[in-house]
Amino acid sequence: MNDAIIQFRNVSKHFGPLKVLDEVDLDIHKGEVVVLVGPSGSGKSTLLRCINGLEQITGGDLIVNGMSVLGGNKVMREIRQEAGMVFQQFNLFPQMTALQNVAFGPQQVRGLSRSDARELAKELLAKVGLAEKANHEPSELSGGQQQRVAIARALAIKPKVMLFDEPTSALDPELKQEVLNVMRALAGEGMTMVVVTHEMGFAKQVGTRLIFMEHGKIAVDGTPRDVIDNPPNDRMKDFLQHV
Amino acid sequence: MEVNWLIILDFIPQLIKGAQVTIHITVVGLLGGVILGAIAGLMRAYGNALINAIAFVYIEVIRGTPIVVQVMFLYFALPVLASIRIDPMTTAILAIVINAGAYIAEIVRGAVLSISKGLTEAGLAIGLPRWKVIVHIVGPLAFRRLIPPLGNQFIVSLKDTSLFIVIGVGELTRTGQEIMAANFRAVEIWTAVAIMYLIMTGVLSLALRMIEKRMRIL
Ligand SMILES: Nc1ncnc2c1ncn2[C@@H]1O[C@H](COP(=O)(O)OP(=O)(O)OP(=O)(O)O)[C@@H](O)[C@H]1O
Ligand SMILES: [Mg+2]
Repeated sequence: MNDAIIQFRNVSKHFGPLKVLDEVDLDIHKGEVVVLVGPSGSGKSTLLRCINGLEQITGGDLIVNGMSVLGGNKVMREIRQEAGMVFQQFNLFPQMTALQNVAFGPQQVRGLSRSDARELAKELLAKVGLAEKANHEPSELSGGQQQRVAIARALAIKPKVMLFDEPTSALDPELKQEVLNVMRALAGEGMTMVVVTHEMGFAKQVGTRLIFMEHGKIAVDGTPRDVIDNPPNDRMKDFLQHV
Repeated sequence: MEVNWLIILDFIPQLIKGAQVTIHITVVGLLGGVILGAIAGLMRAYGNALINAIAFVYIEVIRGTPIVVQVMFLYFALPVLASIRIDPMTTAILAIVINAGAYIAEIVRGAVLSISKGLTEAGLAIGLPRWKVIVHIVGPLAFRRLIPPLGNQFIVSLKDTSLFIVIGVGELTRTGQEIMAANFRAVEIWTAVAIMYLIMTGVLSLALRMIEKRMRIL
């Protein structure tokens, strides 16, 4: 019996002839905050995107909350409701206000009434510190604010896991912290998180586990403090010097 | 023969009848063209290889041949090939549907593809089915970008109806020619015909300008 909420079973991912994930085995358990690092092109985004089916695996199996990503469209949509995603480029719906962005998922996907969805959206916007921006459109918000709305939007479908793909990479240094603070609070509530990031401070402080990827394989898997303070191999040491 | 502008007045009722036929062909034809174009454009944007190829061939065949040839084919070749005989008016409308449909397909495809892939992914990632992403997220955004080129195509199609003179449809240009054949008042008649086209395209432009303003495209 395996109680991991995310189970990679010998997962491979090819783009044509290019093998981007190479027979990955990985279990992620409830409450873990897994920080994913590695050189550009090593397959971090791909690994993350396989979990919610934005990329289709080409080998092995991947189980999310008991459901296989190979289970077809309907199962995939259920998986996506259990695995919220936050993108580097925020990707807020530009024709909607912050509130509408957040309320849209619960209403369309979870079947909440319009007023319940708006109530929930208000709560979540307050939680990410943007209650007073509810009626602003994305173009009227700073990058950090947009990303916080995006986090609220992902949380609104009540996922069991949150996936972050370089959530602060597109932000100015002074705006990174407000997003990292929201993520820190989320981890504090026990949310299971998989985070691709270059923020080593965040990794050390919030991460419960750090994975270093290389050429589509998991090269290092340990606790952030151990791995960062004593890199187990030269390539990881080299990588850490450059972030 | 001296130019006598007043003579136009005598022919206005006849010209208006012709213009009505022009408008009828344009409106019905474009209605069909928008539907066909939306389907073919979405097939191009979202279809698998086969569906994509079908739409691609249709679009390229139509864009690569003159509309007059298409009309001739529908009217004269189709009866031979498939023993389908259609009257000139139906042929004219069908020609606009098929012709405008191909151009509109490319407009729709371009608009859809201009919406960032990230927005589609964001929609899918919250568990929306793909059709809801298209209807609620990509569609409304693409629609705004659609309006200006679509308006342009509407005007082109309206003017293209004058080509149906070749199969004897009594639209505005044909009406003008018939009047002229009877009285040889070339200057007056063709001026009047041109002005009537200008009025129709002008009204269309104005309507589109208003829609664009409403939608904050500019
Ligand atoms: N849709 C795609 N089609 C073809 N190749 C792709 C596609 N997406 C990613 N790749 C390739 O797969 C490899 C891994 O990409 P991935 O985005 O997972 O890397 P990454 O570790 O996230 O890198 P980065 O740090 O630059 O974001 C790269 O070589 C990339 O070019
Ligand atoms: Mg990446």
